Amino acid sequence: MALSGIQIYKLLPQTNCKDCGFPTCLAFAMKLAAKQVELAACPHVSAEAQAQLAEASEPPVRLISLRSNGFEVKAGNEVVLFRHEKTFYNKPGLFLRVRDSEPVEAIRARVAAADGYHVNYVGRDLSLDGFAVEATGDNPAVFTAAIGAVRQASHRPLILISHNPDLIAAGLRLLDGEHPLICGADASNWEKMGDLAKQHGAALVVCADSLDGLADLATKLKDRGVADLVLDPAARQLGASLLLGTQIRRLALRQNFRPLGYPVIAFPGDAPDPAQEATLAAQAIAKYAGFIVLDHFAAEVMYPLMVLRENIYTDPQKPIQVQPGIYEINNPGPESPVLVTTNFSITYFSVANEVESSGLPAWLIVADAEGMSVLTAWAAGKFDAERIAKSVKGFGIADKVSRKRIVLPGHVAVLSGELEEELPDWEIRVGPREAVDLPAFMKQTL
Amino acid sequence: MPVQIPKDSWAGSVRTVTLGATAAEGGTRARSVTVGGQKTLPFMHFEQVTPHRPLVAIEIKDRRPEDWSPLLLDVWGDAMGDPAAWAKAAEQAGADLLVLALSLTGGDGQPTQPQAAVAAAKAVLDASGLPLIVFGPGQAEADNALLVPVAEATKGERIALGICEDKNYRTLVATALANDHRVIARSPMDVNLAKQLNILIHDMGLPLDRILMDPTTGALGYGIEYGYSVMERLRLAALQGDAMTQLPMIVTPGFEAWKAKEAKVGQDVPEAWGNWAERAITWEALTAVTLIESGADIVVLRHPESVRRVRQAIDALMAVPETA
Ligand code: B12
Ligand code: SF4
Repeated sequence: MALSGIQIYKLLPQTNCKDCGFPTCLAFAMKLAAKQVELAACPHVSAEAQAQLAEASEPPVRLISLRSNGFEVKAGNEVVLFRHEKTFYNKPGLFLRVRDSEPVEAIRARVAAADGYHVNYVGRDLSLDGFAVEATGDNPAVFTAAIGAVRQASHRPLILISHNPDLIAAGLRLLDGEHPLICGADASNWEKMGDLAKQHGAALVVCADSLDGLADLATKLKDRGVADLVLDPAARQLGASLLLGTQIRRLALRQNFRPLGYPVIAFPGDAPDPAQEATLAAQAIAKYAGFIVLDHFAAEVMYPLMVLRENIYTDPQKPIQVQPGIYEINNPGPESPVLVTTNFSITYFSVANEVESSGLPAWLIVADAEGMSVLTAWAAGKFDAERIAKSVKGFGIADKVSRKRIVLPGHVAVLSGELEEELPDWEIRVGPREAVDLPAFMKQTL
Repeated sequence: MPVQIPKDSWAGSVRTVTLGATAAEGGTRARSVTVGGQKTLPFMHFEQVTPHRPLVAIEIKDRRPEDWSPLLLDVWGDAMGDPAAWAKAAEQAGADLLVLALSLTGGDGQPTQPQAAVAAAKAVLDASGLPLIVFGPGQAEADNALLVPVAEATKGERIALGICEDKNYRTLVATALANDHRVIARSPMDVNLAKQLNILIHDMGLPLDRILMDPTTGALGYGIEYGYSVMERLRLAALQGDAMTQLPMIVTPGFEAWKAKEAKVGQDVPEAWGNWAERAITWEALTAVTLIESGADIVVLRHPESVRRVRQAIDALMAVPETA
């Protein structure tokens, strides 16, 4: 990221010995700059050059990993501002905040419910990443009681929030062996907070209400030996958080500006109402947060936020696909209908989920449409009568059914004529356009 | 430690497009609206002033739609049976402008007649002073049959006619030219296809400041990432100076979101999806806000509560923070 090919070349032995497999040191340097080879491929590089190259090759946004009891949440290591330039890598962690002013039973119940929440989206099991515990006063006993209550209900990674180092110290004592996040360091407490983070292997949030202030504190903490930092630019409004998030990401990526080369934490939970909280959280997902702290937990909001996070962090080069083949739904028999769809995950799961929840048996043929939706694949010529016929023959579905009926997606009704020609001994039926209407269609007409 | 904040300065800017004509401008609208004009990526106020805020349009129909979610039928109630009443209700709900989407068939199951389409458009214009966009039913022949008479009957109102696609833009562009209207150019999520269509339309003689482009989007969970990225790419291209991408963008998150099962239905869905009404509104609002942050200038919505939330988000995004 940081060094150009020429800069790297200057650090190499410049003997052109070819041991790396490249004709010249310069050729090797260029490949290294493009991150297509590893430095280790040159056996002759000096220790000093190695150290310089290692420093320069550190990711522009440091990878921060929170861990507890087998759970891990990672943020950072991002390399682009826009997902189409490559992809976004580490999905921001979603955390639910509780305050130590709440009764411990209430905390335990709220955390248990949120901890147990799971939702399925295109075959993926989505859940919350962890919890934040905030001290509202200065009583270590109250704070540790709250942390204890959370730990009784969940083993997921924690964020401890207080600007009082004594409270944070008390809290950290309960989390031996974990890598939590502590929040946080400000101009008045940064030395003590930094030392606590170092002692306990915790990551530390740096809080300041200007980029100057953040960079200043981050630099001092780094010099003190605290490597794992997270930035809180104190933006709580939609406009300011977009600006500051963008500026921090730009400085890190474009200028390799180390003092701000860390993930950002966002606090949508500070919004005045749950609707604005959801909007702020959605922005944080798309525009660069690494950790997101919410105050309200409701399935109807968590689910859309988690889906948005899956969508934004999908690699634009690879549509999410399922394996082409025959899928058996609700134990189909020889009389059950054969449905045809494409191997785009969203398409497959829309259809499979509908049929499954209807309780009606069916064979689902998933044709190889290169991971595209029905209409996209049709428009791109990847889901035509010929391809469908090939799947039907290739997967050997004819051996499994006695009644040869195929149901096409309603959106590609135009294919039915050609398909009849391709598969003369099959009855071709056109199904509804949307999968939601499939169960009714199957009950009434199949 | 003073941090030098890098500012992008761009060669290009987005054009402005004005919809609606007041009496002074030869129409009957209470006011006109203007979108576009950006010289930076969305809401980067520290680089340049954002001259026009993104707008929220509410979609209404010429007759009560049969396939809309029960939640929408509940919230708009009887107004849905009468385009004039629905237009008034939409204005009340905070619309900056209206989209009248014509149905393919009338209540009798027969194709919508041109007179009926004209009557609906006129009724909406009489009932509300907001600028208007009219969408055809989305089938080439029906669109031409209905939109041409509508365009003629509303000459001078500066409505926007939708939707022009590559196979079906000539008739609509010609009638927009003849009647002082604007058009919406829709292409399937591809920078080059969007440019191509804009060129074709512009080549017919329609000035670029009378074209809005719709790069197509998908709903949250159903392809939003493609719409999001193509809009970011189009806006970057515009700012880099590519003239044929320098048009304001309109997208239809309302249509897309309410097609999704998560919004549309409340029964036979996983318990983990939570409360239906709140989920549906969140689905629409988050789809819209995410697209606004990637460059949308007009979002077309369906539910009054998502309109309220999206407007609130636009207010917040337009406020210039002290830190900037
Ligand atoms: C996302 C998207 C893309 C993505 C691809 C995503 C992917 N992996 O498939 C990208 C941006 C790459 C893309 C590209 C193109 N796209 Co595209 N794309 C879309 C978009 C926005 C959403 C598609 C989607 O994901 N839908 C969700 C899935 C779940 O829907 P689905 O597969 O149809 O499944 C539903 C039903 O069909 C049904 N169903 C599915 N299977 C079955 C089976 C049975 C038995 C039954 C009964 C029902 C059923 O259930 C599902 C849920 O209801 C649509 C427009 C829109 N908003 O719908 C355009 C759209 C499909 N694309 C279109 C086009 C033209 C293209 C391109 C050809 C453009 C181009 N020239 O480059 C390319 C082709 C790709 C290529 N050449 O590589 C057109 C197709 C026009 C047409 N009617 O033919 C559309 C409709 C846009 C438009 N209005 O013009 N596209
Ligand atoms: S192995 Fe090292 S010294 Fe030899 S050519 Fe390659 S880069 Fe140069």
